[in-house]
Formats: sequence, C-alpha cells, structure tokens
Amino acid sequence: MNIKYFLKGFFCIKSADSPAIALFASFIAIGALFKSIGLNIQESIFSTFLTYALPGSLIMAESLIVGASLLNIFLAVWLVNARLYPMTVSLFPLLTHKSQPRFKYYLACHFIAVSAWLIMKQNCKSVERKYRLDYWIGVGAANLSVAMSATAFGFFIADYLNKDMMVGLAIVNPVYFTCVMVGAMKTIQMSLAVILGSVLGILFYFISPEWCILLGGFTAGTLAFFIGELNGN
Amino acid sequence: MATNIFLAILATSLATYISRFLGVVTSKKIKETSKIFKWFNCLAYSTLSALLARIIIFPAGALAEVDYFIRFIVVFICLIIFLISKKNFVYPTVLSALLLALLSSNL
Repeated sequence: MNIKYFLKGFFCIKSADSPAIALFASFIAIGALFKSIGLNIQESIFSTFLTYALPGSLIMAESLIVGASLLNIFLAVWLVNARLYPMTVSLFPLLTHKSQPRFKYYLACHFIAVSAWLIMKQNCKSVERKYRLDYWIGVGAANLSVAMSATAFGFFIADYLNKDMMVGLAIVNPVYFTCVMVGAMKTIQMSLAVILGSVLGILFYFISPEWCILLGGFTAGTLAFFIGELNGN
Repeated sequence: MATNIFLAILATSLATYISRFLGVVTSKKIKETSKIFKWFNCLAYSTLSALLARIIIFPAGALAEVDYFIRFIVVFICLIIFLISKKNFVYPTVLSALLLALLSSNL
C-alpha cells in the first residue's frame, strides 16, 4: 500500500466537484430513517459500513417497515444494486497492475458505489497505473467515512428534522447525480446511454417496477453502444 | 417488527457485495481497450440513469410525498443552473434542497 497515493485519493473528497455534500445529505436522511424504524446507533453505522450503496439501504429500510422476509430483502437489494456489476467491470480493468496482490481487489471493490466510482472515472487516467488501486482505496475510504459520519449525524438529529427537511435532503442526491450524468454526456455513446437509460428505465417501470433498472439499463446501454460504434462514437 | 434487524443488515450487505465481487472476477478477463469494456461502460451509465429516473419519477420514501410536478420543476431548474454556472456542482445541489423544501411546504 502506497500511503502517498492513498492520501491523494482520500483528499479528492475536498475538490470542488466532490460528491461530499450530496453524500452527506442523503446519508443524514438514511440515519434519520434508520432511527425512525427502530435501528440503534450501532446498527445504523454498521449498516452503512457494510452496504454503503444507498439504494440498497433504502430498500432494506422499506422492507423492514412492511416486515418482508429475509429472502425478499436479499432479492430486492440484489436487483437494485446489480448495477454495481457493470460499474465494477467498467472501472477495475483500469486499476489492474501485476504488482498488486489479488485479495486487495476483492477488498477494494467494497468501495464501489456511484459517488466514489464517478471520482475515480474522472481522475483515473491522471494517476500512474501502478498506484491506481491505492489511490482508489483512498477515494473509497474517504467517501465511506463521509457516509458513516452522516449516518451517525442523521441518527442523532432525527428528532429535529421535520417532513419538509427530510424531503429537501432526499432530493439532493438525485439532483447531484443528474448533473453528473449530464456532465458525462461528451460522446454520442455516452449521451445516448444517459438519455436512453432514463427513458427506458421509466418505460420498463410500467412492465416491472423490480426489473426496470436492470432491463431498461441493459437495453439502453446496448443500444447506445451499437449506435455509437456505427457512428464512430 | 418481524425480521431480525441484524440479519437484515447482513442480507443487504451480502446482496450488495455479490455484484461487486462478480465485477472483479469479470474484470480479470477484460482489457480496457476492448469493445466489451466500452459496452460495459455504456451499461454502467445507462443503468445509473435508469436508477436516477426511477428515483425522480417513481420515488420511494420521503420524496414520494411530494407532488410529481414539484419534483420535476426542481430537477429541471437545478439542471439549468448547473448548465449556466459552467457545470458547478455546488449551486444546484444546495439549491435543490432549499427549493424543494420551500415549494413543498408552500404549494
């Protein structure tokens, strides 16, 4: 582990386009939600530490409210977080280097969630390949720390948050990532992936709310890829 | 509450980690210059967009209590601000919370 690159990655969280604000706002909401459904502080922080990807935590909270079975929770979370699979495959080939031990990749992949992933996609090329994995672990550790502190903070201030404030917190993350997605529309391929993804995601919702993200995303991404290839990106 | 919270947390984290783990396994065989890598890149961005669209149009939790029209207006205004502020991320994110809280309490 190269500490210098780890720290470099870690302090990306301070940059101007950092997801820190959006991340903090949304995990405050999660912390408050956890408290309202009866988790204690340890369980709340532990949950963010272990899962970290936000939509999965939301599904878990909702399932606990309606008293869904463990198998139901597992399947619902797996479906909504399966997007982490293409995200990992589109990032980790950029991080591989023969000097890094294999197990490190299996630990480092825990940090895959949209916020850290986006920072890494933007900064990856500027980091020497040999140290990219260490840099990534830094980025991930910073984001996870923000998420965990925000969960704890949200848990403690839950009683002071009224409904309007909760709603305000909940919109921050989608708005931030919508901006990031629009910012990523630099080629025909990327623009189509983003536009078709949102349109088809919604259309497929009418067929199946559970599968709409995966089916919509898969169809849109594949279409965008082929149209982009045919038009020379 | 019927389900044990601790087990629910474990099930959630396991269900999440599986996709990351399989992603690393697949990554081993994929070169960053290949077409497959490009395809996966498209898939990653389109599934994320699908997720975002779903959260904004068919939200769960707190957002579901806000009128669909208000959500749409807030996202739209924030996007415009993002574009005219030369892609500054701080203005639209901070403004989105204030705008939504304001609109939803007054309309």
